[in-house]
Amino acid sequence: MSPSRLYSASVMSPLPLSSFNVSSNFCTEENISECILYINQELSSLCFPPIFRNSDDIRDLDAVVALNNIHDLLQLHRRAVGMMEELEVEQLKSSSDLHYQHLTNSRLKDQLELSKKENMRLHERERQLETNVKTLQNCLKDAKEEVQRLQGIIASRATQYNHDIKRREREHNRVKERLNQLLIAKKENKQGMEVLNYVGRSDGRRCLWKTGKTESRHEGEMYKTLLSEFDNRQRELMVENIELKKVLQQMKREMVGVLNSKKTCQREEKQSNNTDQSTLQTNSDDDEPIKGPPEMSCDHAREKLTNSIRQQWRKLKHHVERLDSQASMVQDGDTEEMISKQLHEEEIERLKLEIQQCKEFIQTQQQLLQQQLNTPCDEETAAVLNDSYMLEEKERLKEEWRVFEEQRKNFEMERRNFTEAAIRLGHERKCFEDDRAMWLKHQFLNTTFADQMKPQSRRTDELSKHSGHEEKLISISGKVSKSHL
Amino acid sequence: MYQNSMNFSEVFKQSNQLCKVSPDGKYLATCVQYRLVVRDFNTLQIVHLYTCLDQVMHMEWSSDSLFILCAMYKRGLVQVWSLEQPDWHCKIDEGSIGLVSSRWSPDGRHILNTTEFNLRVTVWSLCTKSVSYIKYPKACQKGVDFTTDGRYMALAERRECKDYISVFVCDDWHLLRHFESETQDLAGLEWSPNGCVLAVWDNCLEYKILFYSLDGRLLSSYSAYEWSLGIKSVAWSPSSQFLAVGSYDEKVRILNHITWKKITEFEHPATIINTKAVVFKEVEKRPVVGSEDLSIHQLTMNNSLFSTQSKYEITQLPAQVPVIKPDPDRANPKIGISTLAFSADNRYLATKNDNMPQSLWVWDMQRLSLLAVLEQTAPVRCFVWDPRRPRLALCTGNTKVYLWSPAGCVSVNVPVEGSFQVQSLFWHCSGSTLILLSKEHICLCYVDAEEEK
Repeated sequence: MSPSRLYSASVMSPLPLSSFNVSSNFCTEENISECILYINQELSSLCFPPIFRNSDDIRDLDAVVALNNIHDLLQLHRRAVGMMEELEVEQLKSSSDLHYQHLTNSRLKDQLELSKKENMRLHERERQLETNVKTLQNCLKDAKEEVQRLQGIIASRATQYNHDIKRREREHNRVKERLNQLLIAKKENKQGMEVLNYVGRSDGRRCLWKTGKTESRHEGEMYKTLLSEFDNRQRELMVENIELKKVLQQMKREMVGVLNSKKTCQREEKQSNNTDQSTLQTNSDDDEPIKGPPEMSCDHAREKLTNSIRQQWRKLKHHVERLDSQASMVQDGDTEEMISKQLHEEEIERLKLEIQQCKEFIQTQQQLLQQQLNTPCDEETAAVLNDSYMLEEKERLKEEWRVFEEQRKNFEMERRNFTEAAIRLGHERKCFEDDRAMWLKHQFLNTTFADQMKPQSRRTDELSKHSGHEEKLISISGKVSKSHL
Repeated sequence: MYQNSMNFSEVFKQSNQLCKVSPDGKYLATCVQYRLVVRDFNTLQIVHLYTCLDQVMHMEWSSDSLFILCAMYKRGLVQVWSLEQPDWHCKIDEGSIGLVSSRWSPDGRHILNTTEFNLRVTVWSLCTKSVSYIKYPKACQKGVDFTTDGRYMALAERRECKDYISVFVCDDWHLLRHFESETQDLAGLEWSPNGCVLAVWDNCLEYKILFYSLDGRLLSSYSAYEWSLGIKSVAWSPSSQFLAVGSYDEKVRILNHITWKKITEFEHPATIINTKAVVFKEVEKRPVVGSEDLSIHQLTMNNSLFSTQSKYEITQLPAQVPVIKPDPDRANPKIGISTLAFSADNRYLATKNDNMPQSLWVWDMQRLSLLAVLEQTAPVRCFVWDPRRPRLALCTGNTKVYLWSPAGCVSVNVPVEGSFQVQSLFWHCSGSTLILLSKEHICLCYVDAEEEK
């Protein structure tokens, strides 16, 4: 019941006792009319008829309406409470449902996790089984191959055996036949040797009887052969051994020398220097017993030599490795003579590129030079080429000359024509002048003083015409003479 | 290439490939059916002519070049002829016991006859009346061997399903040692050239090679692998330093004489990628019809009209070697190293792999690596080293003779009327002449080599 209390806290409590208290607080003697108004308003807002009539300014309580209103209100209230209770119940139900859902949700989540893990585990197991299967399949394949190989071998062996058996069987049969033949045959061919005379031994000596002495002699000879062979071999091996020892000792000496010289120029190895010096000393001690009788190689000396060689070689190896690692690192300080490996390589690359470029350059130069030399060197073609150029020029010039000549001829012709024309013109002018003079004379002579005015004007006109003509002639001849210039 | 001139002699008849030069190099003996013809080697004039009682199956010179034995297996007869006394005669009749093989002893005065079914070996003496018998000789690939100095003989025996080895002193056929061999089924034995070690090998079903000292002690045993087919061929180097073992797995294993362990193995792969080796391939040219083509690689002397010229070309590496797969169902399959030969100076080893029958491999023993491969147009039938210098002669059954030396190789046509198919060849002991054998003829090839600079 506590949730209902909680939820009903916001709602005004419907208990009559408290309402009683409330009404006492709400309405007093003084504010009756305000209360009435207020209640009317509230009731009208709830669609109830007003309980107080408002006539004559007297607020008369309409008991019927009031009671009805009260009854309705009570009913409302009851309904509301019922609804509220229902709602409360529903809310309870849904909250418990929710809670239940939450619980199931978390449970299911847990289950899901578990099943996922299970899934993973099963996947893993499956994968392992698959790899197992693969390896087993490979093993099976190998085993099958092996079986096949062995089967092949067995087959070939079986063929050999069969072949052999057949051969032996055939021989066996032949033997049996032969035996039968021999049993049947009456005459037995004895084996024997016919010789004209016995020959001497190849070495000329007489044959000897077989005795115990000869046996021991044979044994002795056999052992002598073997011993001589062993001796030979041992001698050869000794010689080889001495050679190899010499080589080893020389190697050791050289290694020691190399290490020494290296160490004196390396400044970082002062400490190791000391130790090396000591080992060097011990090594020099080693040399003494070995250098004695070289054939006497006792195990101890041999071991010492091989050990010292191994030591020196190890040192040399370390040293070389160190040098290598140093070369690949970049150092500062006393690295004047050493540059880093990378720089060195870069330098080399650059130089190579330069060389390549220079080579290409030289090649192209050579080619061009060759081309140059080729054209003058080849005299005939050069001459021919030159000739052809000259010819071209000549042709062109010839053409021009021809054109020029033509033009000149034309000009000559024209000039001649013009001069002729001018001469003719001169002649004509002279004739005309003569004619004119004659005509003038005639006219002057023939004219009487009667026709002095009119014919004169006519004459002057004609004269002017003539003079105009003459002027034209003169101008033409002037032009012609000008053109001659 | 060194300049050499090769002359060929005329052709003579022979039968059964029986043609031998006397150990002193002075005489050449050939058998023609049942005649034995002895010629002077230099003039090739017939010096002696003997007639045997039947067709000769085996002919051999005695070590002092004074006697020749002719064996007629069908009749079970051996006839011995003397060069000094042509009318001297000797006949050995094995009677009903039969004869399968006959050979001289190293002193040239005893003859060892192996009877039919390998029942026994009879030792006939030409000096005394004595006859010796050796029982239970083993019938195998190589059951008898004499030391180079001729003092001892090793014989393989088989008694009660076990292998034994007997060492005899050839002087008087005294049995020096007799010991059991640790082989399953002994296939062969061979003395080292210095006569102190006997190499004994098992048959192909088991890869095992044993080394016995002259006095019968087992020095060492070597086995490369189990179960698969094993040893096919064995060869000592002339200095006794190495023993080359060729096996069915197409490899040659070189064992050394100090530890008797393998120092290297030579493989015969189908693809050669070794950059230091030279691969010579024989290339046949079209038939030359009446041309005067003289080049360094050919010698044309009286070429017959239809013979093909061939020369060697150097193939670029990697080179493929032609392989013929053997029939897996047959016994003694044609696979593996069947022939090995060291050169006389110990420097080279020539090998032939049966499933690459057209190729011949030459190995450098100083560097222990492949030096050259010769690829011929036909399967190699026979190859022999010159006894004096590092020169190899080989033939493939055609009309040519091939020579290889470190300077190069050359192919020479045998200029004989008709065709002379060279089936086998061997050198004269001086190394200046090759004797070529065809099916029924012989021809001598004079090789006067001027050594290269």
